[in-house]
Amino acid sequence: MVDSNLSFVRTEMLQGQTPPLAERGVVKWVRTNLFAAPVDAVLTILALLLIAWFLPPVIRWAFIEAAWVGPDRSVCSTIAQGGIQPEGWSGACWAYVNANFNQFMYGRYPIEEHWRVNLVGVMFVLLLVPLLIPKVPYKVLNAITFFFIFPIVAFFLLVGGWLGLPYVETPLWGGLLVTLVISFVGICVSLPLGIILALGRRSKLPVIKMLCVIFIETIRGVPLITVLFMASYMLPLFLPPGVTFDKLLRALIGVALFASAYMAEVVRGGLQAIPKGQYEGADSLGLGYWQKTRLIILPQALKLVIPSIVNTFIGLFKDTSLVSVISMFDLLGIVKQHFSDANWASPQTPISGLVFAGFVFWIFCFGMSRYSLFMENRLDTGHKH
Amino acid sequence: MGPFLGAWGAIRQYDLSSVGTMGTNLKGQIVMKNLVLKGALAASAFVLLANAASAATLDDVKKKGFLQCGVNTGLPGFASPNDKGEWSGFDVDYCRAVAAAVFGDPTKVKYTPLSAKDRLPALQSGEIDVLIRNTTWTLSRDEQGFDFTGVNYYDGQGFMINSKKLSGINSALQLSGASVCVQAGTTTELNLADYFKANKMEYNPVVFEKVEEVNAAYDSGRCDAYTTDQSGLYAYRLALTAPDDHIVLPEIISKEPLGPVVRQGDAQWADIIRWTHYALLTAEELGITKANVEELAKGDSPEVKRVLGQEAGTKLGTDLGLTNDWVVNIVKAVGNYGEIFEKNLGSGSPLKIARGINAQWSKGGLQYAMPIR
Repeated sequence: MVDSNLSFVRTEMLQGQTPPLAERGVVKWVRTNLFAAPVDAVLTILALLLIAWFLPPVIRWAFIEAAWVGPDRSVCSTIAQGGIQPEGWSGACWAYVNANFNQFMYGRYPIEEHWRVNLVGVMFVLLLVPLLIPKVPYKVLNAITFFFIFPIVAFFLLVGGWLGLPYVETPLWGGLLVTLVISFVGICVSLPLGIILALGRRSKLPVIKMLCVIFIETIRGVPLITVLFMASYMLPLFLPPGVTFDKLLRALIGVALFASAYMAEVVRGGLQAIPKGQYEGADSLGLGYWQKTRLIILPQALKLVIPSIVNTFIGLFKDTSLVSVISMFDLLGIVKQHFSDANWASPQTPISGLVFAGFVFWIFCFGMSRYSLFMENRLDTGHKH
Repeated sequence: MGPFLGAWGAIRQYDLSSVGTMGTNLKGQIVMKNLVLKGALAASAFVLLANAASAATLDDVKKKGFLQCGVNTGLPGFASPNDKGEWSGFDVDYCRAVAAAVFGDPTKVKYTPLSAKDRLPALQSGEIDVLIRNTTWTLSRDEQGFDFTGVNYYDGQGFMINSKKLSGINSALQLSGASVCVQAGTTTELNLADYFKANKMEYNPVVFEKVEEVNAAYDSGRCDAYTTDQSGLYAYRLALTAPDDHIVLPEIISKEPLGPVVRQGDAQWADIIRWTHYALLTAEELGITKANVEELAKGDSPEVKRVLGQEAGTKLGTDLGLTNDWVVNIVKAVGNYGEIFEKNLGSGSPLKIARGINAQWSKGGLQYAMPIR
């Protein structure tokens, strides 16, 4: 029995073989992602053709042919247009953006006072970044500094008029500074106010409920542009002579109230999505209204509507451009205003300026959008399908 | 907008006059209301008190120490900010001239950029002291409680054509059958229709909503001619692919007299703006320039000395509420009318606009200064 034939038994392990070429690496990725089915293949080829048709001219326009620096319109126009570029030239006029960059960032804020804006910007980043990273401790302290102390410090720094800092009136502010000030205030005011309005609208107390409904529906029923215009040019006619509100303040109030009304509806959507059992469960634990709202309802409701909240924020960020109707110049407004500088008038100037403004808006909106995605995943506790 | 503003102006005027003439009861009520309103507003920490826009604008301007001047948000040659944020342009130089007349210092002026629709409300509400923003002088605007103090630029609607494509055309009357690019909803569109109808010519309007679209369409050859205000044509020509191929035809088919505007009811302030304009024109007429004004002030030509306030015992400046050397201050700060024109619109600028009807009356133009004496 010992003499068993072991010739069919392997004594050593087989070496693992690499998968066939079609099932590994780039080829597999291409096969499964790009050419999985005939329709996919056709779409892929079409998309590649589209990119090949579209991308090279864009790259040539934006990078290769672009005029990066220059003193005036001559670098951005062809010889026939009174410039130095050869006939048939077409490239981005980044020289225009370059020369006006300070204007686009600060508006007419006096050049020797730019450090104040920069300082506020640095403080903003230094306070915001740790607040956004979940691992950094002292969140409460950080949040208090960011939402309560920072705005006050920033206000006194930017406006000035004390401690030897020259007073800089708000009509001089402009560019990205105004865009960020309005959106920061809008975002910081609209979320808490929106939550309060949403709770008020679901309240059982008729007066509170009615007030909230009236507020929300009135604001949502009127275009922002109308309110800004009325506040800027009609309101002073009704006020006694000599009394004027600061224009930026009017814009801030208008935008903040607007965003609050929209935010209230977003939050209400979240509140309504919470199952009744959660309310009853909280009640049965003996929690009061505020405890219930703070500990049980709001954390769940807000988590549900993060995408909509960020959506509102992004909308608000872009809506700040509307302040140009009251002659306040946000980033887009000031870029457009500088088109009229005859020293930079060329066929390439407007498109280059608009591409630049669009790019800056995109950076901020994309940043907000990615962060919200990150928060959604982090807070995802399994309710999603 | 127009009728609404007109009605509003009427209500306002009624309100103001009623305070003076009606019974004490009503007057008392109005005062009470005002007091309550003022109290409530003063209580709010966020309310900023600007200087009252009362009848005596000159006193207000002197008290606050600067002139608040309403200008265009950006029109090449007239008002535009440069890459350092400084305003420059034809209208801007008028603001600086007024500041020089009032303060002897052209830098004491702050600019409020205004769009077409908010310019008149801003003036009415006292937000600005004077509006110098290529505003056309029309009866309806004059009736709404504003005063035009003169015409610093005679503009008018004109045509631009591609002279390479349409060689041989040198008059708008030869444009029969042409396609014309025009912006929608402007008086320009109506003037165009009137002009072609009156001259019994056919045309094909190519209408666009935005001015950028009109430019692009014209540049790409969608239409034979482009029509808008002549000063605008010169500005847009800069942004064409081949500016030198395009010519602006001599015909002007509408009247667009542009000038500074003030609130009605302040004759002194209106006089100052009006005579600042005449001072600039007179300086050009007499050959007084930025370079030689101080020298001429010491010279002995009686007319020049009178204009520059160097005559013994003259009260021409002080009676206006200014100093006697106000013309010296103006010319020293910005130059004379001709210098302002050439620097911002004419040969010294990228626009290269000819003086045309804005030349002095003695040179076949319309600019005619009333005598300073």
